[in-house]
Amino acid sequence: MVDSSLVLWGQTLVYTLYALAIILLMGWFGLIITKPGKRNRVSPAFFYSFVGFLIVLGVSIHIITYNTIPWASLDLNRDTIKADKTFNITVENHQFYLPSEKLVINCNDKVLFNVTSNDLTYGFGLFRSDNTMVMQMQVVPGHKNDILWQFDKPGTYTIRSTEYSGPKGISMIVKDAVVVLEKDEDI
Amino acid sequence: MSFIHTLIKGEQGLFKSNSLTSMQKITLRFVVVGLLFYGFAVIEGMIMRIYEVQPIPGINTDQFFAILTAHPLVGIFGSTYSIVFGAFLFLVPFLMKKPLWSIKLANWTFLLITFGTLTFWGAGFISHYAPLYTLYWPLPADFSQFSPLGGAIFIIGIALVMVGAVFFVINIFKTIAYTPEGWEKQPSKALLASAIGLSGFKNLFRKNKKEHLVSLPVAAIARGTVDTALNAGIILFTGVLILVYMVGALIGCDLKESAIDALLYKNWFWWGLDLIADGLVLIFVAGTWYLLATLITGKKLFMQNIARAALFLELVVSWTVWSHHLMSDQAQPAILKVVSGEMVTAFELITQGLAFFITLATLWSARPLKMTNELKFLLGGLLGFALAVPAGIVQADLGLNRILHNTQWVVGPHVHVAILVGLAMTLYSAIYILLPILTNGAKLYRARNLPISISGHTLSVVSEWGLLWAWPA
Repeated sequence: MVDSSLVLWGQTLVYTLYALAIILLMGWFGLIITKPGKRNRVSPAFFYSFVGFLIVLGVSIHIITYNTIPWASLDLNRDTIKADKTFNITVENHQFYLPSEKLVINCNDKVLFNVTSNDLTYGFGLFRSDNTMVMQMQVVPGHKNDILWQFDKPGTYTIRSTEYSGPKGISMIVKDAVVVLEKDEDI
Repeated sequence: MSFIHTLIKGEQGLFKSNSLTSMQKITLRFVVVGLLFYGFAVIEGMIMRIYEVQPIPGINTDQFFAILTAHPLVGIFGSTYSIVFGAFLFLVPFLMKKPLWSIKLANWTFLLITFGTLTFWGAGFISHYAPLYTLYWPLPADFSQFSPLGGAIFIIGIALVMVGAVFFVINIFKTIAYTPEGWEKQPSKALLASAIGLSGFKNLFRKNKKEHLVSLPVAAIARGTVDTALNAGIILFTGVLILVYMVGALIGCDLKESAIDALLYKNWFWWGLDLIADGLVLIFVAGTWYLLATLITGKKLFMQNIARAALFLELVVSWTVWSHHLMSDQAQPAILKVVSGEMVTAFELITQGLAFFITLATLWSARPLKMTNELKFLLGGLLGFALAVPAGIVQADLGLNRILHNTQWVVGPHVHVAILVGLAMTLYSAIYILLPILTNGAKLYRARNLPISISGHTLSVVSEWGLLWAWPA
């Protein structure tokens, strides 16, 4: 599965290019409207073409991401996909309770993190050693909070709560709790 | 001439307060207090940013989180509500050429918002009540970390603001519908139907189309006010619900997660809160752009019937988009995530894109235009939303939300660019165009400093954009 850092980088680049384009467009517009022009009328055809463009853009964004971001379909269909490994995690009193000290995973295995809160709304996020985020989900009490994920390369990840639950929430960190190994590699 | 003298008497002594009507006075009060609260929010924001780089002596962790809770509320309710309500309480009667229904009620709105904001801000400052993050009031809440008494005062402050908002709603709709003394009887129901968009909707199925009874900006204000009313109801109810939890905690009976379904509550809360961000803000902003474009150019609005229909569509869209806040909640039904969270939310690209295009086309039709203060700020406001709305559509995506939810992306390129650049510059444009009318011709103080203000807002785009690149580090 494509690493989420690559998706984030691509999305940041696309948005930056868009931001530059729209800033330049508005700069040009601000300049041009202070000068007399020959054609001051905007044709309705141009307007309706723009509306059509917005509709196509609005719909296509989600179709493109659904077909290019692998975890989108994995997430929607997780009830019908058999996980290679399941970890049941509990959260209570601003503490994560893991089934074992280290959650060991083999590369390319589909892993289900099933997190239950016994008191407040928390978050569950996995972070790389450089503190960038791999993924996250909300952990709502009284409901099933599960996420299916596939790691494509070995690494060690830290669990953090990604939802504010008062000042105590900032210390909800379990360092290097998830270890992803090449198949048949020992921890 | 000293600065204090200029502050009281205006530039070159041209501000004559005794010449102002009650309507002008109350509007100016709203604007001044709104700008003061904007200053509050800006200082709070800067304190938090500095603290995140390096803790500041005298500000402990609890104080930091109290600021985190108060900051967006002071900005939205204290500042934006004040400026917007003040401007619209002035504009509706001005555009309809009839007096405001009740100046007294407008004064109550002003007092309730001002003192309500000071109350919840003070409660947070003193008691460090800080359970909120990005405006979400979670339930069940952890009262072991916060003082329930401080929380109760905080909620009372919010409730005062909401009562002020209800008074604003009553005043706006009454002003549209009532018949002033000595006037010919006004068609109240027809005026309201036109303002809300019902008559326009019926026109779609009529052979003989009926004329719109209220102007487009009044229609925009009325439709945004519908969302203001719904939002006030939800926030008031939620405040009472949280108070019940607090009273429970105070008497030693913890209601915990068993009393109310946390996910159902979350849906309810975000439905109500989204009536601000994805409802009244977008509708009010579009209406303000239309008004500013017609006032700046003196021309009719381009495609004004489509613009009117789009405002109605935006109102309906605002009632059905809330699920984009729950894309990372795994128990939220997938159908709601896809239909409400992704598809309906994408409609905002269309409705706001239409408003953007229509405003630009109206300006284009009047070339050449003088680059006045109001035009500069209007273009800045348009740019702000052109940047922030697509950023919102990006995070309302099942795939991308997994890596964007609760990150700087949401707060930076989406929320802050929408508010600091889009909304603030639109409101400044409106203030610059209304100031001579509100002050009977007072002169602008050091207008040559305006480019500094504009470049400040532009820099905020750059800084939020910088965050976008910096946050993975």
